[in-house]
Amino acid sequence: MTGQLLEIRDLHVALPEGSERRYAVEQVDLELAPNEILCVVGESGSGKSLTARAVMGLLPAPHVKVEKGAIRFGQEDLTRVGDARLRQIRGSEISMIFQEPMTALNPVMTIGDQIDEVFRFHARMGRKERRQKATALLDDVHLPDPAQIIGAYPHELSGGQRQRAMIAMALALDPKILIADEPTTALDVTTQAQILKLIKELQAGHDTGVLFITHDFGVVADIADRVAVMQQGRVVEAGSADKVLNAPEHPYTRDLIAAVPSLVPRAARQRSAEPVLQVQGLTKVYRSGGGFFGLGGKERKVTAAKEVALELRRGETLGIVGESGSGKSTVARCIVRLNDADEGQILLHGSDLRPLGRAAMRPFRAKIQMVFQDPFASLNPRTRVGRIIAQGPLIQGQSPAAAQDRARELLEIVGLDARAFDRYPHEFSGGQRQRIGIARALALDPEVLVADEPVSALDVSIQAQILRLLDEIRDRLSLSMIFITHDLRVAAQVCDRIAVMRYGVVVETGSTGEIFRDPQDAYTKDLLAAVPGRHWLPARQDAIA
Amino acid sequence: MNHSVKRLRYVLKRLLQALPIVLAIVVVNFFLLHMAEGDAVDVLAGEAGSATPEYMAELRQKFGLDKPLPVQLAIYLKNVLSFDLGYSFRHEMPVSQLVLDRFVPTLLLMVSTILLAVGLGIVLGLIAAVGLNTWRDNLISVFALVTYATPLFWVGLMMIVVFSLNLGWFPTSGMENIAAFHTGWDRVWDIAHHLVLPTITLSLFYLALYTRLMRASMLEQAGMDYVTTARAKGVTERRIVFVHVLRNALLPVVTMAGVQVGALIGGSVIVESVFAWPGLGMLAFEALFARDLNLLLGIFLLSALLVVAVNLVVDIVYSLLDPRIEVS
Amino acid sequence: MTRENLAHFWRLYRRNYSAVAGLAILAAIIALAATAHFFFPDDPFKLAGRPMSPPATGGFLLGSDSLGRDVAAGIAHGAKTSLLIGLVATLVAVGFGALMGGLAGYYGGWIDDLLMRTTEMFQTIPSFVFAILLVAIMKPSIESIVIAIAVVSWPAVARLVRGEFLSLRNREFVQACHTLGMSDLRIMLGEILPNCLSPIIVTGSLMVATAILIESGLSFLGLGDPNIMSWGFLIGAGRTVLRSAWWVCTFPGLAILITVLAINLVGEGFNDALNPRLRERR
Repeated sequence: MTGQLLEIRDLHVALPEGSERRYAVEQVDLELAPNEILCVVGESGSGKSLTARAVMGLLPAPHVKVEKGAIRFGQEDLTRVGDARLRQIRGSEISMIFQEPMTALNPVMTIGDQIDEVFRFHARMGRKERRQKATALLDDVHLPDPAQIIGAYPHELSGGQRQRAMIAMALALDPKILIADEPTTALDVTTQAQILKLIKELQAGHDTGVLFITHDFGVVADIADRVAVMQQGRVVEAGSADKVLNAPEHPYTRDLIAAVPSLVPRAARQRSAEPVLQVQGLTKVYRSGGGFFGLGGKERKVTAAKEVALELRRGETLGIVGESGSGKSTVARCIVRLNDADEGQILLHGSDLRPLGRAAMRPFRAKIQMVFQDPFASLNPRTRVGRIIAQGPLIQGQSPAAAQDRARELLEIVGLDARAFDRYPHEFSGGQRQRIGIARALALDPEVLVADEPVSALDVSIQAQILRLLDEIRDRLSLSMIFITHDLRVAAQVCDRIAVMRYGVVVETGSTGEIFRDPQDAYTKDLLAAVPGRHWLPARQDAIA
Repeated sequence: MNHSVKRLRYVLKRLLQALPIVLAIVVVNFFLLHMAEGDAVDVLAGEAGSATPEYMAELRQKFGLDKPLPVQLAIYLKNVLSFDLGYSFRHEMPVSQLVLDRFVPTLLLMVSTILLAVGLGIVLGLIAAVGLNTWRDNLISVFALVTYATPLFWVGLMMIVVFSLNLGWFPTSGMENIAAFHTGWDRVWDIAHHLVLPTITLSLFYLALYTRLMRASMLEQAGMDYVTTARAKGVTERRIVFVHVLRNALLPVVTMAGVQVGALIGGSVIVESVFAWPGLGMLAFEALFARDLNLLLGIFLLSALLVVAVNLVVDIVYSLLDPRIEVS
Repeated sequence: MTRENLAHFWRLYRRNYSAVAGLAILAAIIALAATAHFFFPDDPFKLAGRPMSPPATGGFLLGSDSLGRDVAAGIAHGAKTSLLIGLVATLVAVGFGALMGGLAGYYGGWIDDLLMRTTEMFQTIPSFVFAILLVAIMKPSIESIVIAIAVVSWPAVARLVRGEFLSLRNREFVQACHTLGMSDLRIMLGEILPNCLSPIIVTGSLMVATAILIESGLSFLGLGDPNIMSWGFLIGAGRTVLRSAWWVCTFPGLAILITVLAINLVGEGFNDALNPRLRERR
């Protein structure tokens, strides 16, 4: 085919000996045309990032290397060109942006100097001209006050600003191809929407071909012209965005798309009249600085939660939704008494938990349990799974035999083999670990389950399984649930009611249906408008609930 | 806010934070003095040969040693603030005078050692990290491993055996050839000649430390994301190493340089006593033999102040290298 | 640690050849110390023959010193002193440091503030000078040397353990234990401590080497226990005859060098085996 910017043919990227598979990327064929956004989408371990890095010649040497295949760029094969030529191409003809703009920028170099490097290595320009160009670039990516930002260090910018600066750097010399490796994954949803818009705007203005790596089908729906789906190092399906998203052919693509939670809220359930947990006037202020000798500088105060009021009724799931720094996790942690709130009441069946000391709190511990976000950090790596689950009942005074029986029973309830009992956490995958975490929380027969972003660290297919499991156990054990999430898609499918938080304040509360149909607060509207792929309705085979 | 204003504020803040530490050291000093068996009067009485209990009681009253402990502490603090560190009966001189006289040689030794150890350590660590797993790396790593395990005093003695006694390249001891009455540049040259062996001896251990640290730090930084970004920009490997990685890798080395200053002074006690270098360490060694506790504590206090001062310099250097300091 | 863990540890440790060599050397030195009384039954301070005999003459393997004492016997008996002081001082320092660091890291607040200021003060005080002072004040003896070394060594452990406790305290698995109603003591001992044993072991093993160096420095300066033979004492005694009898200083110094090197190698081996993340870089 002619007219393509980039043609990847039969690419094989070999993993070091002794790895689980021989190839990280196998028989991959892709092409990218000018003025086109190609999304390569896949779950973790699909080889999508390594494919992108192979194009740039940035595979982690010496262990991982291209073994076979060609990457044609113009007249050249990028797998065969020398280092000097590759350096010439990088940054000027093909450039790249990364997932985590904080670590991708050199912390001790100003933004201006980092952009300047691109000009220095690829263009003949005077110092003054380079500086002018850099300032103009920062203006192009809509950074406020470019003249000041050019002298700023990365830590002085916000996450979104940093990614804008990265984009400015990548587009400095008007490259033919931009490779974007999950560039919005580390950002909040409203920032993500802005960055996606910026990439699209700049790409259209310069006829750039964009190779966009992502795991998020919502993002794909927003920006892709064409899509390639990868699974275990192979491209299983490729085609126009419309075809892949709305009429997927490969079963894996279909499964993946079916696992994407729909933005249409699930059918509302009958609401019980019996309140289980009421939170009133909850306020939490974090203080830092000051210190024992008073010389640590001025005391800093951050109000993480301000007069938060929530009500959870029997059997319902209440979602707390917000971006990072909104205080949603703080509220959850105050409710389970991991943090001590400064003011307010936390009423469980009418008795206030907030003033209780450790000993007085112990009998209530069994009634409120928590599921954590990170399946790798939430289990003690040195404790066997059986013990992790049985620990709670043992502390609460059950006999070892009863606690162990209960643990085995719970393993079955959360869908794990009974043999898991004697194993260590590292022997399990992320999804399995999350099941163990859920079993631990259930071991005390709680009435209220507080789940803090329980699926945000998981791949989308695993996410769907865990959400289904949470739904099942809620019904089976008649649990009431507080579900913290940043993902409105997940909230739509899991929650009966939603409280939206921003800067420590609940800005809006209502039934999920109402909030999605007719949001009242301006921030809620922004949040809904920023959800990636909001106009795309995935064709689903089965709804989650 | 302007970067240099932030830096100044940071340095001032560090200076303020050092004050309570100095105060605490003075208090520790006081209690150490009290822990020791017998007080100044006992020492004095011992010196005189015979003293009646009445005379000793009178002396105690005169020195305020009969007052309650907090009062004595207050007196001690007041004395220290006016740089009155007591009297050395061995040398028949005020401790402050003695200590100040010996301060310059120690400072000379310390500065030359820090420059050699940190400077060469950075270079060697850099060479080792750039040529990872080559013969250069292996040679440097083995050298660092061995010197890291060698006792200072032994290195000093072996240096004397080889370079002074057998080869005759350097003098065995002292800071200058006093009998020669050198002046001007001749004297500088003479002192520099005497300085070589003590500096190398004291440097070796720290050289090993900084070499290892620099190597590890370079390797750690080389794996960071910003290095990939630089590569993706088409920056040469040379510039990546010398501009991007080097500056970040220096940060822990500079921090460690500050932390190790205290240990360096400890080492100088040994090195100075081996080479008869007339500094604080040598003085401490003499005081040790004479059981001159007052003097020992004075040296201890001054060396702690020296560490505080050097740490402040290190903080300033650090703030020049790392723009993020005002966050912490 | 169970048997299978130990086997796993050994598999990882064995991959670092220099660490295995270090372990072998260390074992030999321990054997030397243990059999000192067997091969050199006499008091090492005793005159054993002609003074200043060069090595391999007059029945002295490594020569004799200015008073006719056997250098080889001194080294064998000194090995006991060095290893014992190094080990005991480290155990005391690690125990106390871990306790302080653990409490500070776990509870934070004023305990933490106090500890951090104290360790900062210890970082400012020249530690070797402090050790000299302590021994001088307490009068040289094996106990005062152990105490002095422990006093100047514990802050490093405290800082390390504090850092580990601080980061583990906020780890989700520890928070899960709070939500189960577990007591602080059980969380600290049962959940957090096992997860920071590796860095403690590594630091501890390297501290034994440092302690041996400090001890040799002290006894070189004449602050050793006058009744116990040690390597530093041998070197200090040999200084005066450096011109005429190089061997008196040289061999004990080599003994220190080899011992400290072996312990450092073992420490690095522990580090590689216990922190698998870092191993890939080798």
